[in-house]
Amino acid sequence: MEKMESYWSLKYRQLKDQNHSPNSDYDEWAENTLIPWNRKTGFKEKEFTNSSNIPIKEVYNSKDIPENTEEQLLGLPGRYPFTRGIYPNMYRGRLWTMRMFSGFGTPEDTNKRLKYLIKHGESGLSIAFDMPTLYAYDCDNPRADGEIGKCGVNVSSLKDMEVIFKGIDLSKVSTSMTINAPAAILTAMYIAIGKKQGVPLDQLAGTVQADILKEYIAQKEWIYPPEAHLRIIRDMMVYCTENTPKWNYISISGYHIREAGASAVQELAFTLADGFYYVEMGIKAGLDVDDFAPRLSFFFNSSINFFEEIAKLRAARRIWARVLKEKYGAKKDRTLLLRFHTQTSGYTLTWQQPLNNVIRTTIEALAAVLGGTQSLHTNSYDEAWALPSEEAVKIALRTQQIIAEETGVIDTADPLGGSYYVEWLTNKMEEEAFRYFDQIEKMGGILEAVKAGYLQKEIAATSYRRQIRLEEGKEIMVGVNKHNEEGEEPINILRISKKAQKNQLDRLNEVKSSRDEEKVRKTLEDLETAMRKEDVNTMPFILRAVEEYATLEEISNVGRKVFGNWKEPVIV
Amino acid sequence: METGKNQSLFNGRPIKILLAKPGIDGHDRGILVLAKAFRDAGMEVIYVGLLPTPEEVVDTAVNEDVDVIALSLLNGAHMTVFKKVADLMKARNINDIAVVGGGTIPEADKPKLEKMGISGNYGPGTPISKIVEHITERAAEMRKLKSMEE
Repeated sequence: MEKMESYWSLKYRQLKDQNHSPNSDYDEWAENTLIPWNRKTGFKEKEFTNSSNIPIKEVYNSKDIPENTEEQLLGLPGRYPFTRGIYPNMYRGRLWTMRMFSGFGTPEDTNKRLKYLIKHGESGLSIAFDMPTLYAYDCDNPRADGEIGKCGVNVSSLKDMEVIFKGIDLSKVSTSMTINAPAAILTAMYIAIGKKQGVPLDQLAGTVQADILKEYIAQKEWIYPPEAHLRIIRDMMVYCTENTPKWNYISISGYHIREAGASAVQELAFTLADGFYYVEMGIKAGLDVDDFAPRLSFFFNSSINFFEEIAKLRAARRIWARVLKEKYGAKKDRTLLLRFHTQTSGYTLTWQQPLNNVIRTTIEALAAVLGGTQSLHTNSYDEAWALPSEEAVKIALRTQQIIAEETGVIDTADPLGGSYYVEWLTNKMEEEAFRYFDQIEKMGGILEAVKAGYLQKEIAATSYRRQIRLEEGKEIMVGVNKHNEEGEEPINILRISKKAQKNQLDRLNEVKSSRDEEKVRKTLEDLETAMRKEDVNTMPFILRAVEEYATLEEISNVGRKVFGNWKEPVIV
Repeated sequence: METGKNQSLFNGRPIKILLAKPGIDGHDRGILVLAKAFRDAGMEVIYVGLLPTPEEVVDTAVNEDVDVIALSLLNGAHMTVFKKVADLMKARNINDIAVVGGGTIPEADKPKLEKMGISGNYGPGTPISKIVEHITERAAEMRKLKSMEE
């Protein structure tokens, strides 16, 4: 018997058909108007493509999009399939959250920065952690030497988190923590602080990234093999669904996939494929898709090819809504909404002529807004050099405020809806994404594809292609391979003081000498027992260990002992 | 391979280079691009993957008898981590393997790294040809040293 065609393969085939209709108007125009014009003006034919290597035509018209576009593919804002936005009145009713990622040096430094941002009108907190924290090494591990506080704030135990949030009422803020492999531990720390402040658990609002699949695909910050991390994420999903209804436990992230060199289509496809995996995981764990899927949020990149980014974000909303409904049986509208945070691209920033980065960031931020983002981080112009200075962060925040309050782009929802080009490109991005979904399914699913290094190799190939195009001058970066200047003066950058390391070591020693060692040992033993039983939820055990001031590394070492380490497949 | 005037030094044996991201830093876009580019330039490339310790880097370089170690870091820890590699090389008296660096390295750190014997230290946006040229020069120096030793 012939195997039944998979959902992905069927959809891909349908989309291909939908997007490949003949366009006699264009053909006639090209023959009688365009080609003679090119000949007359001596225009040399060259290929125009975007980051996804999709060729772009000179012009688009109504024949390039299906006849049923408005009824079937777009709808209106707040209505299925949500191509035009997830809320009926979009930014009129709810402006995007201006969420600036911060966190560097010591917890004291970060506490100060958070308070500064709150004072300047920021409406949500976002915290970056340093490398040792992301890999779950305490600050006294030899591997952490020189890395403390360099890329974000260092956290070795609950004590550090207490300092970060000192004087900040957790019932009044929402906090996004960019943490993945140790996300369950940091969530437990946040819950512990909430409990100490007397905030009811159901009021704790925020997000952890916890998207471990993209770590294996792109950012490469893992502790254990994929299956072990996925199991702990499952535990966190179940625990938080029951206890902390305002805690978004996974932010499915395309940002890092893109920064690792992926194209817009690869970012779109791999991110949503990760999302579908988490949906299947929740369903397998016995949760109702309408109960947990609304808590999955997304995190996309906004890069420099303006219309490609807008099309990507519109396509993402439509794909998510359709697949959740058609394949996973979601019934509530809320479940179908793809809510996302966007960050402008770090990859496109140059350290040559750094002030030009203000312009790049502005264009990328505008694309994110026209793509319908729910929150936005704008990069600072000095970030190709180092962590941003306070002045540069302020300009980046002001960029968003100018877009929001001066330009009028927020007045109407999805202002580019109906543009032939944008609609065609949105359809094309969708089709290309389904080509990848189909391919991934044929490889045995995303987990197998990741373990085989397939996605990593696809990204590396795109990244290499772009580098070659830059070298050949086929793609331009102003100030780098065109309009460059000799003898540029270095700009003032933020330097992380060496005091951070000492500060952290001192506090860790203090924690270790003042806690109850016997209790710590016991909670870690209990955690080990829990980890060894697949069907036990580890989350309450992690919380208990955290509350006894077991350190990040001590807690993770239990997992390292139970699950082992991970060596990635060969990519190049 | 464009080895120019040093062609004779490489006769029969391409430049052998070890690429590593010592320290805890998963940002590997740059190093993966360079691994491919160096291969395309005719070099023999060994990429040790993520998270090697400085000891692992030096051990592998010696066992594989490479001409050049290329280190990449984008997490700001180069002054500590690159130095550890340089110190190990010095402690083990290894003179015939060149060490080059790259990543987000502020101008002010470059002379300090040079002093440790770590050259190049190119940042984002550097043309690959420039990096290949530098590595070829350093590799040629190493081959000269090796031929004198023999």
